Amino acid sequence: MDLFEYQARDLFEKHGVPVLAAEVVTDAADAGPAAERVGADSGGVVVVKAQVKVGGRGKAGGVKLARSPQEAVEAAEQILGMDIKGHTVGAVMIAQGARIAEEYYFSLLLDRTNRSLLAMCSKEGGVDIETLAEERPEALARVAVDARTGIDDATARHILEEAGFDTADVDAIAPALVRLWDVYQGEDATLVEVNPMVKTEDGQVLALDGKVTLDDNADFRHEDHAALADTAAADPLEAKAKEMGLNYVKLDGNVGIIGNGAGLVMSTLDVVAYAGEEHTAGRAKPANFLDIGGGASAEVMSNGLDVILGDDQVRSVFVNVFGGITACDAVATGIVSALEILGDEATKPLVVRLDGNNVEEGRAILARADHPLVTIEDTMDGAARRAAELAAN
Amino acid sequence: MAIFLTHDSSVIVQGMTGSEGMKHTQRMLRSGTQVVGGVNPRKAGQTVDFEDGVQVPVFGSVAEAMEATGADVSVLFVPPAFTKAAVVEAVDAGMPLAVVITEGVPVQDTAEFFAYAQAKGTTRIIGPNCPGLISPEQSNAGIIPADITGPGRIGLVSKSGTLTYQMMYELREIGFSTAVGIGGDPIIGTTHIDCLQAFQDDPDTDAIVMIGEIGGDAEERAADYIKEHVTKPVVGYVAGFTAPEGKTMGHAGAIVSGSSGTAAAKKEALEAAGVKVGKTPSETAELMREIVAGLG
Repeated sequence: MDLFEYQARDLFEKHGVPVLAAEVVTDAADAGPAAERVGADSGGVVVVKAQVKVGGRGKAGGVKLARSPQEAVEAAEQILGMDIKGHTVGAVMIAQGARIAEEYYFSLLLDRTNRSLLAMCSKEGGVDIETLAEERPEALARVAVDARTGIDDATARHILEEAGFDTADVDAIAPALVRLWDVYQGEDATLVEVNPMVKTEDGQVLALDGKVTLDDNADFRHEDHAALADTAAADPLEAKAKEMGLNYVKLDGNVGIIGNGAGLVMSTLDVVAYAGEEHTAGRAKPANFLDIGGGASAEVMSNGLDVILGDDQVRSVFVNVFGGITACDAVATGIVSALEILGDEATKPLVVRLDGNNVEEGRAILARADHPLVTIEDTMDGAARRAAELAAN
Repeated sequence: MAIFLTHDSSVIVQGMTGSEGMKHTQRMLRSGTQVVGGVNPRKAGQTVDFEDGVQVPVFGSVAEAMEATGADVSVLFVPPAFTKAAVVEAVDAGMPLAVVITEGVPVQDTAEFFAYAQAKGTTRIIGPNCPGLISPEQSNAGIIPADITGPGRIGLVSKSGTLTYQMMYELREIGFSTAVGIGGDPIIGTTHIDCLQAFQDDPDTDAIVMIGEIGGDAEERAADYIKEHVTKPVVGYVAGFTAPEGKTMGHAGAIVSGSSGTAAAKKEALEAAGVKVGKTPSETAELMREIVAGLG
């Protein structure tokens, strides 16, 4: 889960990373009082920042300086509701102003390639780091970090020295890096990025803007992380599926997909897309990703169908199951019961392909039920073609 | 022969007495695996009854189980919260192969136990979030159904469980030396490259199927490895051409970030290395059948 800047800032503060005072508001009228409180120590100067999970908001006009509460309200009015690269701004952060002397870059992330952690650090922050990495790779230090020991004072100093900081700056910045490791480990993050990290004119080191991604697999040890989810922006069908414990991703297409196992479902989407191109001139496309996992009970199947049939774009549904541990007869029974549970709400044709464990019995159950909406196909490719044709016609 | 797992493999199960552990231990026994023990400190000294009068003893620790049975493989069905501790225990005991089936392990935990195992240098980890591996009619360590196909001369390595099953099914008339499900998490103990290397060195493997999916650059690096080191024919398949950017597709590691990790880039890299890549699982199987026919 990617966090908003203000959520990252709050986590930084919780773990002792130096940050500026800030408040988040969703109503422009609240920006005035917030600016008064936040700007008390900065001569009334605040920065009003759009809260969107996408880069480039500054260029898009989503960050404005305000010198008074009145200016803060005006800035909030302009920014709230703004569209930044397809993201509607629903909240702004009112942050204390700062006199910036220098801007740096720091991030700590999961390094899949080396199967460890990677710290990246540069004296040239505040810029697009991917551009910097490409154009001047020597300006960006990359230091492998052992997942077991993380960033202690010595590692922090090493990272900063690699990035070319002088001793005084190393002394000043190292404690912040150790605290950022606390954020990474303590919150089970997979990314902690500070861009820019700044030194103010009076020598203070501050994390001015932060990006944090949390590991959903670790939610079981962070009860407080559930509150960080952006429920307002979630697709309603995705939200509904999540409530039911289903692994669902909405796409823009008309063939609903249900399968078991992430890899097989991804593959099913591809096969449907090919069939759509080949046999329907591109009119049929996969409508979603839905993995029902190992246990395809009647309840899971009916929940899955319920979500997919709630997608108005869907015109046919492809159920693609390879029975490994799951027996095909259980899946077939699940489909039949699901259609009974849904009754008149099930209105779209279902193409079912079953293979593997107990497939004969599974196909026999579907044949006996003889539901008018259900077609059985023998192969994945054949079923994809059939589902695509049903969606396109 | 086979890779990593043969009829001589002697298997213990960490988490055997839990419901998943019991179910799959029974399945492993049924497919001929020598399961010689389970580990559960609270049930040490007990034995667990399985079909056909088979009794499997429960030990208090991995070290005790190894001492008593000579086990050289551990299969882990341990809940995510306890997986790190269980893997560390296996590594400390010097277990040669630890197969971590558990799904949903925090990646920080995996990063830690992987680094720990690397430092010790005695344990190969497969997984987490994987179906394990099978050398048909020799041994089965994990949850791959043993009745899909029998022994043969194809090696298979895959990030995905059900796609492993699908491919074994498509090529059931040829059969497999070993099929390895390496798992779909961002950090895994055994990579495509590790398996490619082992299959290249295995005299009982003639050709290799490699199944990848979106996310990371493991397939690209495997392509480089194939170009340099693999002389046996390799057929590839990559899932996730239609995956949108920034969305996790079921597997924690299956995510396209910007232009990196796309299926198209992976397919291109594999093809540049001389790997024939199928558009669908069935086309991939067909490519392999042609290769096997050509081998005579």
